[in-house]
Amino acid sequence: MLNLSTLIGKLSNPHEVFPYLYEPVSQQYIIFSMFIFIVIAGVSLVGLVTYFKKWGYLWREWLTTVDHKRIGIMYLVVAFIMLFRGFIDAVMMRTQQLMSTGASHGYLIPEHFDQIFTAHGVIMIFFVAMPLMFALINIVMPLQIGARDVAFPFLNAVSFWLFVVGVILTNMALLIGDFAHAGWLAYPPFSELAYSPTVGTDYYIWALQISGIGSLLSGINFLVTIFKMRCKGMTLMKMPIFTWTVLGSMILVIAAFPVLTVTLALLALDRYMDMHFFTTSFGGDQMMYVNLIWIWGHPEVYILVLPAFGIYSEVVATFSRKPLFGYTTMVWATMVITVLSFSVWLHHFFTMGAGADVNAVFGILTMIISIPTGVKIFNWLFTMYRGRIVFTTPMYWLMGFFVTFTIGGMTGVMLSVPGIDFQVHNSVFLVAHFHNVIIGGVVFGYFAGLTYWFPKMFGFKLNERLGKYAFWCWIIGFFVAFMPLYVAGLLGMTRRLYYYSESTGFHPYLVVSFIGMLIVALGVVFQVLQIIVSIKDRRKNRDLSGDPWDGRTLEWATASPAALYNFAHDPIVDSRDAFWEQKQKGLNIQNRPASEVLPYHDIHMPKNTPISVLLGLFSLIAGFALVWHIWWLAIVGVAGIIGLLITRALDYDVDYYIKANVVEMFEKAHKAAKAGAAI
Amino acid sequence: MSNTVNLSHGETLSADMPVHHFDGSKNVFGFWVYIMSDCVLFATLFAVYAVLHPHTYGGPSAKDLFSLPYVLVETLFLLTSSFTYGLGMLARLDNDKKKVIKWLWVTFILGLCFISMEIYEFHQLYVEGHSWATSAFLSAFFTLVGTHGLHVTLGLIWIVTMICQIKKYGITPLSSTKLTYLGLFWHFLDIVWIFVFSIVYLMGAI
Repeated sequence: MLNLSTLIGKLSNPHEVFPYLYEPVSQQYIIFSMFIFIVIAGVSLVGLVTYFKKWGYLWREWLTTVDHKRIGIMYLVVAFIMLFRGFIDAVMMRTQQLMSTGASHGYLIPEHFDQIFTAHGVIMIFFVAMPLMFALINIVMPLQIGARDVAFPFLNAVSFWLFVVGVILTNMALLIGDFAHAGWLAYPPFSELAYSPTVGTDYYIWALQISGIGSLLSGINFLVTIFKMRCKGMTLMKMPIFTWTVLGSMILVIAAFPVLTVTLALLALDRYMDMHFFTTSFGGDQMMYVNLIWIWGHPEVYILVLPAFGIYSEVVATFSRKPLFGYTTMVWATMVITVLSFSVWLHHFFTMGAGADVNAVFGILTMIISIPTGVKIFNWLFTMYRGRIVFTTPMYWLMGFFVTFTIGGMTGVMLSVPGIDFQVHNSVFLVAHFHNVIIGGVVFGYFAGLTYWFPKMFGFKLNERLGKYAFWCWIIGFFVAFMPLYVAGLLGMTRRLYYYSESTGFHPYLVVSFIGMLIVALGVVFQVLQIIVSIKDRRKNRDLSGDPWDGRTLEWATASPAALYNFAHDPIVDSRDAFWEQKQKGLNIQNRPASEVLPYHDIHMPKNTPISVLLGLFSLIAGFALVWHIWWLAIVGVAGIIGLLITRALDYDVDYYIKANVVEMFEKAHKAAKAGAAI
Repeated sequence: MSNTVNLSHGETLSADMPVHHFDGSKNVFGFWVYIMSDCVLFATLFAVYAVLHPHTYGGPSAKDLFSLPYVLVETLFLLTSSFTYGLGMLARLDNDKKKVIKWLWVTFILGLCFISMEIYEFHQLYVEGHSWATSAFLSAFFTLVGTHGLHVTLGLIWIVTMICQIKKYGITPLSSTKLTYLGLFWHFLDIVWIFVFSIVYLMGAI
């Protein structure tokens, strides 16, 4: 007997679909203003594209592209939209905690506060930090190693679209149903069906599962790119440090993300199939979930921070006009961190009760991992020492990072002592610590990298003055926002607190923290202004040379933005900082005298394909159907995915050649522009 | 991972640096890396099974449920299919399109026998009231063995598409590389099954 719920699953239940209709009016105002904002933004975006008749262009040049540079830029755009969303979540939380004391319970109901802190964590890690990292890797790494593309261009596009599916599912939860309540790692038993019966946790599971598979595929792709596609002469120990850190990070992705896949799958099986991996009865084991999720989760923070370390290394060498100090130790430090990051996961739950011996081992291992990180800091400092430092915005982010990250690292070492950890476990001291390292380490690093490589992506530089304003707002705002949380944490304030009594004395600290958040918000405003002003002045800031900073590595040997095929001639290198050496010695990219004219050849390139974006579409259908228990639609989604994969497998016509005369035309134009810029 | 061994004397690597950007060795290496990640996935499931297999919650344990002779037959089907796949790969070396297709079909049928037996085993357990919802142990059992079964099923679909490709394009460098991937995948599933057989069934019988 066919009934409504077979046809549309849980969508037949209005309480599930529109939970906010049954909430106080004050909450509905928030939801509806957000709804109107999204509709206006969406309609105006669609309207603009239609008005300028850009749909065809968008489809041909971007949505179906397999070019790593364009995929990188698409990652960037989505990451910034999500950064905005995640930041709004942060503003809402700070505001709630500012208001929610004494007689007032703030402006949010607990059900919303729960979803906001969960969404904030999920979005900032998975849909901001990860895509920013993949954006920079995509844009820079193949150029740095002198490659034409990544190892598997089609797979690269698939990864991107799977990530977009995760983003869409997470944002869909704003309007249809709810989002997870259980914190960014969804600890059971709270995330189990018995305690979280709504679709929120299911949105969480499928958003992360689908985008996580995309990340895993990216990891494989970039690892193979680095191992197999370096240009002639670039041995491992001649690779730029950014590429080295990407290698470390991708090894971690490959080893850690399957664990996330399994963990989420097991939670899904508990919820969908009535299994008992992590339930409170039938022999389920909640602590196994916590172990598993952190076996992925701890490497995850190094996945994010290692490429940031790589960025700092490139920035510091370029703007100190010196080779990086201690290249070899930098490589070893990176690899040691890569290995050790798998041996410290238990420090996230010393209070589990594993016993003093186990805690001591993981505490000591945690302290040890700070040593290679310290090595890196000293390397950067010694690179600056006696350098001819150019104080550009990326250098500001670097120096801000030194101070911020060191403080965060030291509170990290404090937390690694199990005795102290028992005291501040799950308090805002911890919240302050990880924001300290993630904002100070990862976010500052990616901002530095974006400013540094912006001309390579778009062909013009960002406005320096506004960038520096943004920097000062960010760093001052950061300290004002998070230092008080250390104190509040030591006073016993737990994280994710919805309401507190005035007698706790937390309020003054949260007022200061709120002010800090406002200062950071000002920084974000400056960043938006920076982009607008830079686009307006793009003719003035144009980078015609392809090498605006007098760079050291191969990405600066190409035009800005680089041609579709990256390099007209495969580079040949015989030293670190190869491009710098070639510039000094007056050699061309193949280590021949610069005057020598190299002949142009046809270049073999992969064809664009709509299959990647269609795979994303069917994954979205499958994900949505699974969230809402619409089984027939889930089958449609999965069948679509398999059908597309088979279509792709049977298609042997996937590449073409760019003709030599086209290459020549582009290269001559670039040379002329470069010569013009030099005058 | 031989590359990392050479970290301190990277010079030795320069001799065989890749020059061509589109080559089969890159693809096969990539597939190996994928297999490694799949290995981590199975390792995690094995770890989960190891933790949960005593958690029978008063229900049946491994010893009460599994029939070793039945699983042995199942195992032999899968192992033989690996062998026949190998024969197919030998035929590939002779550029014998027909023979390759023949051995792929044999592999497919053996794989199908394996998966049918597994489905029947699951079905029997379910009918006897020992479903995945009975206890954490059975959840872990069905998930571990089922994940392997799911892989084999995908492998079967892949074999069919491979047969179509060989029919359509013959033995080309590209289709030949694709045969290598499929081979790696199929043998990998064999190895995983040997662990399943040893850890779940043999150790369960003790």
